[in-house]
Amino acid sequence: MIVLGVWGGLAKGASEAKHVDTFDRIKEQHRIVWGVKADTRLFGLMNTKTGEYEGFDVDIARAVTKQIAKDQNIKLKAELVQVSSSSKIQLLKNANIDATASVMTITKERENQVDFTQPYFPAGQSLLVKENSDIRSVKDLNQPGRTVIGAVGTTAIPTMKEFAPKVRVLSLADYAQSMTALKAGQGDALTTDNAILYGLAQQNPGYKIVGGNFTNQPYGLATDNDQPRMIAAMNKALDELEKNGTYNRLIKKWFSNVPGLDWRTLQK
Amino acid sequence: MTTIFTDNLSTFLSGFGYTLLASLIALVGSMILGTLFAILEILPNKALSIFGHTYVEIFRNIPLLVITMFFYIVISNAIKISGFWSGTLGLTLYTSAFIAETVRAGIQSIDSGQMEGARANGLSYGQAMSRIILPQAFVVALPSLANQFINLVKNSSILAFVAGFDIMYQANVIAGLNFDPFNTYIVAGILYLIITLPLSYYMQHLEKKSA
Repeated sequence: MIVLGVWGGLAKGASEAKHVDTFDRIKEQHRIVWGVKADTRLFGLMNTKTGEYEGFDVDIARAVTKQIAKDQNIKLKAELVQVSSSSKIQLLKNANIDATASVMTITKERENQVDFTQPYFPAGQSLLVKENSDIRSVKDLNQPGRTVIGAVGTTAIPTMKEFAPKVRVLSLADYAQSMTALKAGQGDALTTDNAILYGLAQQNPGYKIVGGNFTNQPYGLATDNDQPRMIAAMNKALDELEKNGTYNRLIKKWFSNVPGLDWRTLQK
Repeated sequence: MTTIFTDNLSTFLSGFGYTLLASLIALVGSMILGTLFAILEILPNKALSIFGHTYVEIFRNIPLLVITMFFYIVISNAIKISGFWSGTLGLTLYTSAFIAETVRAGIQSIDSGQMEGARANGLSYGQAMSRIILPQAFVVALPSLANQFINLVKNSSILAFVAGFDIMYQANVIAGLNFDPFNTYIVAGILYLIITLPLSYYMQHLEKKSA
């Protein structure tokens, strides 16, 4: 406890010491360093052939960079750095990256650590089922004899108890194993974030998304905390991307061929 | 640690129950199968003996996880088989191969004159085996059998991989919710000890008696 306290204190002191205005920094260095995921299909995935990052998050990061450059009439280029779920907040605090577009849900706890933009993607918990399944929504799962599969340690598991208390829940080690179990008929549906399910549905023919989102956990772009100028610039850019059709074009580009998803509902 | 146990009492206890149930089923199953294949192995009939050897070598030399996953993922496409039964079946087949070897060694430690004597007195092969040889062979094999049972209980944690609701599975679920895997897994370890320690003491007792 004492060690943790001291370590926490040191870490806090260190991050406060080099607290700089992100907006000043990007103008000075003519670049925005974005943290993106490399392992999330459709959002941020490393293309092993080209070595490039590809996905909705990546395109949003590039588009926002371009829009800010236009708004401020400065030169800006987007640089992409791979982050993981556990590393991204620390990398923001250490100023290794300026912002993230990395499937990050806006939460109260995280808002103490970082600043979020307005939501840029309507994430939430959803269901993946076999194409011929009679399950239409989470309500159909709420009966004895139904089984739902999820990955252990995700919030999707406790949420199920709330939305379908009668369903039997199987927790497996990760998404790959959960998907294998669903294919083997060990459960009626697989549940987690819609963003993950879209990727799984696209990769596994014969499976589809049903019922839309039954929780509301939208993703936001994030910066280090206390960066009102950078957040304002990013929000403005997001608004403009929605207005000029870029946002809708990117939604269509990435999500129009996800089985069972009416991608038009994602458009703004 | 104690609060983790009391907070999740029903979850841990149900895990304990499933582990105990899987272990008991696998114990009985693997004893029957193991003895059967031990006898097959030492039969004078070449074909049956090779069949017995093949079974033992296959299941002794494939990882338990692979056998279990085979039932859970592959077999379940044809016959509906739950995680609990996949794990318990995998555990039974895997352990039966080790028990076959233990029982075979026990049988072969009995002087061959006993079989000859029994047959000379008019007993059939089956009668001689079940009434004269096997009872003695089990006494010889008992300490190493007890050892196999301890391994069986510990190996039952394989059920966690296929959502078999055992102690390890419940510990994973609890640790995923409370973010305190350290204390959660300590509780899980203690629950396993409650089953295995008596077995271990019983084995030591047997060793002393036979020494």
